[in-house]
Amino acid sequence: MSGSWLTTRAWLLMLPLLMIIILVIGWPLVDTVALSFTDAKLLGEGSRFVGIDNYTKILSSSSFQKTLATTAWFAIISVAVEMVVGILAALLLNTQFHGRAFVRALMILPWALPTIVNATLWRLIYNPEYGALNAALTQLSLISGYRSWLGEPATAMTALIIADCWKNFPLVALIALAALQSVPRDVIAASLVDGASAWKRFRIVILPYIAGPLMVALVLRTIEAFKVFDIIWIMTRGGPANSTRTLSIMVYQEAFSFQRAGTGASLALLVTLIIAVLSLGYAALLRKSAGGKA
Amino acid sequence: MERRSLTHSIVIYVAAIVLSLVILAPIFWLFVMSISPAANLTAKPLRWWPQSIDFSRYAALLSTVENSAGAAFTSSLRNSVVVSGLATAFAILLALPAGWAVSRTPSIGWSLGAVVGVYMLPPVALAVPLYLALSYLGLLNNVFGLALVYLTILAPFTTWLMKSGFDGIPREIEAAAMMDGAGLFATLRIVTLPLALPVMGVSALFAFLMAWDEFFYALLFTADQHAKTLTVAVADLAGGRISDYGLIAAAGVIAAMPPVILGLFMQRALISGLTNGSVKG
Repeated sequence: MSGSWLTTRAWLLMLPLLMIIILVIGWPLVDTVALSFTDAKLLGEGSRFVGIDNYTKILSSSSFQKTLATTAWFAIISVAVEMVVGILAALLLNTQFHGRAFVRALMILPWALPTIVNATLWRLIYNPEYGALNAALTQLSLISGYRSWLGEPATAMTALIIADCWKNFPLVALIALAALQSVPRDVIAASLVDGASAWKRFRIVILPYIAGPLMVALVLRTIEAFKVFDIIWIMTRGGPANSTRTLSIMVYQEAFSFQRAGTGASLALLVTLIIAVLSLGYAALLRKSAGGKA
Repeated sequence: MERRSLTHSIVIYVAAIVLSLVILAPIFWLFVMSISPAANLTAKPLRWWPQSIDFSRYAALLSTVENSAGAAFTSSLRNSVVVSGLATAFAILLALPAGWAVSRTPSIGWSLGAVVGVYMLPPVALAVPLYLALSYLGLLNNVFGLALVYLTILAPFTTWLMKSGFDGIPREIEAAAMMDGAGLFATLRIVTLPLALPVMGVSALFAFLMAWDEFFYALLFTADQHAKTLTVAVADLAGGRISDYGLIAAAGVIAAMPPVILGLFMQRALISGLTNGSVKG
């Protein structure tokens, strides 16, 4: 069989997938680009071509800049905490102790819990009048009166980040644990003989083995965190006073609450652009870390 | 196993207990709320353990009496099963030929890169045209429409998993069968497909869980009992003016049950799927 026939056959087998992808992703994306240069409303006829007006308006608006900063804050803090706690949990689960299999099995629970259920659960825990957090802190005399954790700009974002970290650090831990199990035992034994300190052993001996998979976890989690919508929609809807409004929430409000499809589309494409830049930057980093190890 | 000092052991056990409590406490509390009498949940100081155990909310949510709160909830449960099942089946049907083709024909490997690239797109970038298109086709508030939209998330992911699964099946086995005179499709059916069943199972499992978890598109594209999924139903309860927090908790427990049970029983398969791409590269 000739090479060109093999390639043709491969494309034919790809065809159903490609057609569906073009139908549900390619075409909508092109249409979003077209919409972004108009003042189209979500419902109702008639839209005008407005050039790059939407983009210049968005980029110069202070609410966009604030939302971008809020999103970056959410992504950076939650991903950083998830990585550190996840790695620590993986190191713990990689040592031997009685009941290890049980604790490992527990790690799958927050990951499996649907995001909406997680958000609902934490919303109940943070409830200002009857929530478990207020009850526990009051009964321990750590706070004097009940507080509205999600209702005050000062605490809402932190409360959200804790809920997000609880759900997502186990994923990092599971990935890190699988990587740790690939570190050869004799390498660790040799470093023990050398008398290296625990931190030095981690940084010089173990980290090179697990850096690649951790980078993948970091990339996936950062992109997910920049796209965040569900947990915030359930817990705060972006409030109070827009203090937890992220980019995806802003697009939703613009396009669907205010029905401004045109500016909503421009905003969505700016979000896409930011995520694309992040992905490409990470891809470059990944290639570098992979080259450094192998 | 290396020997440890006593203090080292104590540190490890304390850390393990703290980790277990951090994970279990919120989940356990969700369950306790769902079976506590409503009065216990609004008591001050809060009652951490129910005075009497009350399963009535589960009965109320799962009742199918017309026009009851249960009818709306059970229909959303059914919609979630149908949409997730349909979308998973479509995604696997697309991923099987595509994953095999990419695995066996490296020269078109870049196309998979492009497909996985679009997986990174935020749903908000596609939402407006998809909304207008579904509306035009009369597929808004329709389980088929929603399942079709879910392919934006599921199809790239399952194709990528299937491709790495086929990579693990030696071509020589296929070549040997062809040598014996079997055609391509007979070879794939008799030789390759049975070997690919485990990875197909893992892909389907992931696809189902992703569809079950999806909220954004379901929120936008469904309106009532015809298509509303479980995630939207739970969000409605959580955001509504319900004074019984136990009912919200019970709805959450029911929504979490299928993925949590699948997660616990299929743990090995899920972890291998989660880590396959990231560890082996």
